[in-house]
Amino acid sequence: MMLLSALQQQGRRGNSSRSASSQLDSAVDGGVKSQATIFWLLLHGFCCLVSLVLGFRFSRLLFLLIFSTPSPSSYTTTTATANLYSAFHNSFPSTTTTTTSTPEVNSATEEGSRVVVGRHGILIRPWPHPDPEEVLKSLRIIDRVQREQRLQYGVKSPRTVIAITPTYVRTFQTLHLTGIMHTLMNVPYNLIWIVVEVGGATNETASLISKSSLKIFHIGYNEKIPILWEDRHKLEVQMRLHALRFVKKKRLDGMVTFVDDSNMHSMELFDEIQSVKWVGAVSVGILALSGRSEGDLSVAQTENNGKNEKNSQMPVQGPSCNSSNHLVGWHTFNVLPRVERRAMYVGERGVVLPRKLEWAGFILNSRLLWKEAEDKPQWIKDLDEVGRDGEDVESPLSLLKGASLVEPLGNCGRKVMLWWLRVEARADSKFPARFVFHKLVTKNFCILVLYSAYG
Amino acid sequence: MRNWRCVFSMVVYFAFCFSIEAYKFQRTQQTERISGSAGDVLEDDPVGRLKVFVYELPSKYNKKILQKDPRCLTHMFAAEIYMHRFLLSSPVRTLNPEEADWFYTPVYTTCDLTPNGLPLPFKSPRMMRSAIQLISSNWPYWNRTEGADHFFIVPHDFGACFHYQEEKAIERGILTLLQRATLVQTFGQRNHFCLKDGSITIPPYAPPQKMQSHLIPPSTPRSIFVYFRGLFYDVGNDPEGGYYARGARASVWENFKNNPLFDISTEHPSTYYEDMQRAVFCLCPLGWAPWSPRLVEAVIFGCIPVIIADDIVLPFADAIPWEDIGVFVPEKDVPKLDTILTSIPIDEILRKQRLLGNPSMKQAMLFPQPVQPRDAFHQILNGLARKLPHDKSVYLKPGETILNWTAGPVGDLKPW
Repeated sequence: MMLLSALQQQGRRGNSSRSASSQLDSAVDGGVKSQATIFWLLLHGFCCLVSLVLGFRFSRLLFLLIFSTPSPSSYTTTTATANLYSAFHNSFPSTTTTTTSTPEVNSATEEGSRVVVGRHGILIRPWPHPDPEEVLKSLRIIDRVQREQRLQYGVKSPRTVIAITPTYVRTFQTLHLTGIMHTLMNVPYNLIWIVVEVGGATNETASLISKSSLKIFHIGYNEKIPILWEDRHKLEVQMRLHALRFVKKKRLDGMVTFVDDSNMHSMELFDEIQSVKWVGAVSVGILALSGRSEGDLSVAQTENNGKNEKNSQMPVQGPSCNSSNHLVGWHTFNVLPRVERRAMYVGERGVVLPRKLEWAGFILNSRLLWKEAEDKPQWIKDLDEVGRDGEDVESPLSLLKGASLVEPLGNCGRKVMLWWLRVEARADSKFPARFVFHKLVTKNFCILVLYSAYG
Repeated sequence: MRNWRCVFSMVVYFAFCFSIEAYKFQRTQQTERISGSAGDVLEDDPVGRLKVFVYELPSKYNKKILQKDPRCLTHMFAAEIYMHRFLLSSPVRTLNPEEADWFYTPVYTTCDLTPNGLPLPFKSPRMMRSAIQLISSNWPYWNRTEGADHFFIVPHDFGACFHYQEEKAIERGILTLLQRATLVQTFGQRNHFCLKDGSITIPPYAPPQKMQSHLIPPSTPRSIFVYFRGLFYDVGNDPEGGYYARGARASVWENFKNNPLFDISTEHPSTYYEDMQRAVFCLCPLGWAPWSPRLVEAVIFGCIPVIIADDIVLPFADAIPWEDIGVFVPEKDVPKLDTILTSIPIDEILRKQRLLGNPSMKQAMLFPQPVQPRDAFHQILNGLARKLPHDKSVYLKPGETILNWTAGPVGDLKPW
């Protein structure tokens, strides 16, 4: 069937008027109309007609082959017959015509070779579209190759990643938490996920996060979620410290990352984390939204923001280095009071702004938190001293006695691998928290059920 | 007492041996040693195994041509120029022709370029003929063997057939005067008129500095399955279709243009080298001639070459086991290319990548400036050394001639 299509294509191309007209043109331009030229003209026309009928290029050379006698084997004539042989072979691609060739031709041409000069068909299979089985197999091959690459060129002894996420049940929790879950499921290293939930560990959250196959510690934190964004930020800090105490108690080993549930992470972040010795800092891009153009926000930016921020004007928080790649300061987030609609409480329409330095931009070695660890540096405060009695800890820098020992990551903070965002449903939104299907008996009962799902 | 000393020294010796072996094993865990049909010869050093005498030809055969068009130094046929420069300053060169095993004639036949940069081969046979006439009249060594211990570098499309169109090249055949000499060429196809027995196939020239400057970290994950950039149809020279690449490239396009695994197009991206390093397989189909610099690029960038060219002879085929390194697909099986590639067992794919990662493999494909050990220049010399010693029968008795100096197309007999 493939060969048939090849034959058809050849015929179609051979029938192009371009080639026929060029043959006739060359014949007419010949000039003197002697008997020989008339004869050749007629032969041309006859061959064209035969080509049209047969469907492939019936060459004049065929006549030569049939009528000429095989000449004594000199070098040039055997090559001429070799050409004829190849042209002839070419016109009948489906058959092997070794019987019509002379013995000299056979010895002079490619003996045993399948390759001939001339025109070949273009082989197209009947269904030239991707086969899903093949695609799946190839994806597995790519995955295995990448794993091998990581083994050979990647981090030699990868550390476990300990991700700490404060969360609570709300309208957009499914949205955010699913995103984080899938990000963490794609991390190629061992992962421990500590989910700290306000108001105790609920079944809803548990059922959501159990869909991943990660190792999860689901801890509850008995407080009520506040309405104001400021208070919520402070509560999140408390939750993170609670999780750090958990890490200390259980003596979990790895790199502690603060993965807030509405942030966006790049996979390269987790590769960069592996190179941290004690405390690392990454640049965090701030995506403030709600339909505002970036010109409304005024942020303190320095020229060290790198090429990728020049066009987007996205504010970036993180370490700032001098030309010899040493940490000299921090880019922080400063808001001029000129900003119009800043959201004050959760669910209000407006821009949600981050604090000066977000916890998400810092990575800690979990051994810093342990009570006793070998070569634990002296410049780390004990976890119990910090954050007692609801004291507000602005950033993990408060855990350190000196901020100069922080290691900047991502090409010294020039590469942004993490984006901060807070998006919550508007207070007057009617989007239900989760679709809950109950057997609805009466209308009143139905309204009651809807209210309970909404909470 | 003496026995104890003996035993102790034996123990130390064996421990030393084992530690060396252990070191070698550790080193080869990530890359494998390459050994072709001629044995483990990629790392051989040709110095001391052969002597080459370089003829002093007037500069109209080499330097003047290069001065007229310096583009000859960067195109894919530049091997002839760099080989000349290498031999002039190499330790295998000898100034005494009596002790030489091989004789080299520095004539740049592929340096007559069109404005586009493609070499015209029309004057090359006359130029070669004129050079041979010169050396046969000024030195006695050509007539001694009629060229059997001489070698020439002919990197053009179809080697010493000196034409870019295959039909015409077959018609001309190899230049009569070169019938007994050893040809070092890029073209290689089994049972073809233009491949002589005993030729040495070399890779086309690819600029090493340019490729080194586009290297990306090897930890970048390879996410493209199959990669190819180039023409599928040559509308200018082959308007009907079916002649160019014997229809194989067109077949690749028609069958796989919708396939997400195949990143194939005719674009010329600036990230071509970087993309090759992010691909698992790189297609190296034939074009007008079966060889192409894509093979060299694929080897340098660690991408497994998928060679679609029937009966092709690859560079240094006796030193490099190409069957173990690349994937060979017959042209008639191109519609099934995706099935073929996905059914290769994963262990073989990883093994091919390990073989490609071997630095001596990459070195053997390059013509670096300045010369480095085990590079393509040395592999050529190794190939020449493997052909030694010359058979006694190549030495002709005085007055005996085998070659016919007047054979060939009439146009070739005109002086250059």
